[in-house]
Amino acid sequence: MSDSRRLDRVRRLAALVRKETYQVIRDPSSILIAFVLPLILLFLFGYGVSLDATRTRIGLVVEDPTPVTRDLAASFQASRYFEVVNGNDRREFEEDLITSRVRGIVVIPATFAADYAAGTSPAIQVIVDGSDPNTASFVQNYARGVVANWAALRGADAAARPPAISVEQRFWFNPQLTSRFFLVPGSIAIVMTLVGTLLTSLVVAREWERGTMEAIMATPVTAAELLIGKILPYFILGLASMTLCMLLAIFLFGVPFRGSILALYALSASFLVPALGQGLLISAATKNQFLASQLALLSAFLPAFLLSGFLFEINSMPTVIQWITTVVPARYFISSLQTVFLAGDIWPLFLQAIAVMLLIGAVFFALAARSTRKRIG
Amino acid sequence: MSARAAKAEHAAADFVRLTDVIKRFGSAPPALDGIEGRIRGGEITGLVGPDGAGKTTLIRLMTGLMLPDSGTIEVLGFDTRQNPTAIQAAIGYMPQRFGLYEDLSVQENLDLYADLRGLPKAERPAVYDELLTFTDLKRFTGRLAGKLSGGMKQKLGLACALLKKPRLLLLDEPGVGVDPISRRDLWKMVEDLTREGIGVVWSTAYLDEAEMCDNVFLLNQGKLLFTGPPAGLTSRVDDRVFKLTGLTGRRRPILAKTLELSGVIDGVIQGEAIRLVLAPGAKSPVETEIGSKLRLVPATPRFEDAFVDMLGGGPGGWSKLADATTKLPSDGGRPVIVAHGLTKRFGDFTAADDITFEIPRGEIFGLLGPNGAGKSTTFKMLCGLLKPTEGEGRVAGFDLRRDTAEARNRLGYMAQKFSLYGDLSIAQNLAFFAGVYGLNGRRKRERIALMTEIFEFAPHADMSAKDLPLGLKQRLALACAVMHEPEALFLDEPTSGVDPIMRREFWTHINGLVEKGVTVLVTTHFMEEAEYCDRISLIYRGRSIALGSPDELKARVASKDNPDPTMEDAFITLVQESEAEAVTA
Repeated sequence: MSDSRRLDRVRRLAALVRKETYQVIRDPSSILIAFVLPLILLFLFGYGVSLDATRTRIGLVVEDPTPVTRDLAASFQASRYFEVVNGNDRREFEEDLITSRVRGIVVIPATFAADYAAGTSPAIQVIVDGSDPNTASFVQNYARGVVANWAALRGADAAARPPAISVEQRFWFNPQLTSRFFLVPGSIAIVMTLVGTLLTSLVVAREWERGTMEAIMATPVTAAELLIGKILPYFILGLASMTLCMLLAIFLFGVPFRGSILALYALSASFLVPALGQGLLISAATKNQFLASQLALLSAFLPAFLLSGFLFEINSMPTVIQWITTVVPARYFISSLQTVFLAGDIWPLFLQAIAVMLLIGAVFFALAARSTRKRIG
Repeated sequence: MSARAAKAEHAAADFVRLTDVIKRFGSAPPALDGIEGRIRGGEITGLVGPDGAGKTTLIRLMTGLMLPDSGTIEVLGFDTRQNPTAIQAAIGYMPQRFGLYEDLSVQENLDLYADLRGLPKAERPAVYDELLTFTDLKRFTGRLAGKLSGGMKQKLGLACALLKKPRLLLLDEPGVGVDPISRRDLWKMVEDLTREGIGVVWSTAYLDEAEMCDNVFLLNQGKLLFTGPPAGLTSRVDDRVFKLTGLTGRRRPILAKTLELSGVIDGVIQGEAIRLVLAPGAKSPVETEIGSKLRLVPATPRFEDAFVDMLGGGPGGWSKLADATTKLPSDGGRPVIVAHGLTKRFGDFTAADDITFEIPRGEIFGLLGPNGAGKSTTFKMLCGLLKPTEGEGRVAGFDLRRDTAEARNRLGYMAQKFSLYGDLSIAQNLAFFAGVYGLNGRRKRERIALMTEIFEFAPHADMSAKDLPLGLKQRLALACAVMHEPEALFLDEPTSGVDPIMRREFWTHINGLVEKGVTVLVTTHFMEEAEYCDRISLIYRGRSIALGSPDELKARVASKDNPDPTMEDAFITLVQESEAEAVTA
């Protein structure tokens, strides 16, 4: 008796999974979200978006032309990061800065040569447009770099003078700092958020809208079977979609892959737990596709984009926002993805990320299971 | 054992026991208020009532998917609170949209439900064969459910609910949106099931379906008005229902006058005649007061007559709206609405095929047909919402393609389900539609004030349209459509789902307007409503298969076996004739 009951259970579950699979294969919108959208995103981040600024236009003001300052100005002109427009007064560039014709003004003050000669650390002034913080900090940092370089070179030239402490930067794992190398792995997390959360919440909401949920609920199927019948197919779809992204990342975009496939799949599988849990929770809360998609975009997609360290450094966010990011599963996934691609297997790190993702997932599932009873309205 | 004996034997068992069932949603009045009753095996029990009566809620309560706030429901001996699983294992349930997966084929849908219901593999070939034969779907097992016609979907939905022979079959409005032929087929299938002892619950807003049930629960606004055999209800109007015949000339003013007489409870146009329900004891005042040439002949009471009687009778025949409308000059019989060879193709699908008719001033013309037949497509082409692939449409002499704006200013349009702006109040909806139809300044204020007065909107003026009761929504939709005094009125399923009182109130206004020279085009799938029209066109699979007055069409199909056919009989016979023609051609 209990054997036949177990058989029934397995058969019901298999039927639900089979049904879902047919639907995914036949419904163009599922294919769109699981495979076409990932391609578009990947291409966008692989080719379209680059966080490496090259040749930024700045205004260079040399207040007092001396051999020293001219030499420094030449360094700026030689830099491959800047396109320099020369001037004698910062006021010449004010208008240009406001209208974004230049991204910053570098002022070499009249006191520069004297300070330099005296051996005290000479200062330059960098004026940037704070309304575009990314470019602003870029100009600031690179300007500082140019001066440091210049000082080091001059120091070496004038061998008599002890060289100033020179900072030699070396970037590990991504020596050219190619942004594609961390954007493409990161976008895998975005793609899996789409499949795990958006697609899942949509398909459940669709069953409510079309009245099929009501019909299958009135059969002997249990709430747990309904839940698992939804999770399994989209879990596999998520991994399939990840595999596609991984292959493209490695073979098309040439992103190095220094870790192991095992680690990548373990991490992805763990990330799918909170992603799917969130999708189910959303669809339990709203039985309408439009609302479900809005909620999924706001609560999963945007945080995965903005609060995960994908585009913006978490450390430079306000403290409160930093706290919020700790419950964004994508945050753990993205940093692990970047590690598994660019650095290699660092299991202690991965295990920690996996643990946190599973924990968040467990909370989502507990909430979703609680609200998924066989009840209407 | 004979079928009747089997029926009698099973009839003894109570399959469902409802005891003081109350269900509320939020703060609204209860959706179900103190429902008591028994549903027996081997019978068809009708849950009858307009939209919002509580039919769907009651069915959902019986499935155990929803629980009552108080009271108990026992289904097949199990309490829905304690043991919903046992109930769900023993019932078959077809929700309103049949519960089919449109991306799955007929066979895949059957497999899915067979697995979910635990139908043993060994039994499947026989069961599939039986059900597919029963539903006549054998040829379509490979077709996606989404590509089936409404009638076929309905049959497949039924097949899925019947896979593991249920003891109780719950069908939620199985007749909606389905052509009358499929509806009749389905009814026969369900009748067969009751002979095996299965209990069937069939919910419906069609009162003619109610008449065929063994037992009915008549619901209105959550209250149980009546339970028992339908004859028990119709008997309350025995000897009080009459047909007024021998009318010459326009019959709508006579109806209006008659309805104002004391002793007349209800009256509707029925083809060339007027159907009347008199108050108990009223001595047919009609002959003396209306005219001597008219004859009052007794008619068989219908469920609808009794329902209206039970609700306290219909409204009077006088329309304040019509009174306030200026009479349009007659213009020598030139047609106001013209459809000439209207054809609409979507890809390789022809939604409307060569539809032609002319409607003279002051006539009500009906497009009758099931959902998806092409009524709405024809309709939309005639009010300029859809561009015809071929053919032309004219309203008040204006070509809809060239002079769209002029044509539209002369027509009023009331869309299906009263497409109002739900978040706007009554006043805001009126102001908006006045603006849309180009009213402004003093005229706009006057018309809005007039509509508010006629339809008594004042107490509700600030309520959001979506929170209004159905009857007020219907009034508001009508007010918005007639505010600019259109010559032609387009009504798309204007009364679907409303109770018969509201339907009568609505038609009183329309009848009044028509007497002022307004021309009306109406789509409907209610056979009775079709009889309110002067002429109708039967639309089936995109084509007009017959055109004429309701009485002409009925007469065309009258036979020895069926000397007095209903509109539905006429529809079915005409469809069959046209299909036979198509086959020979």
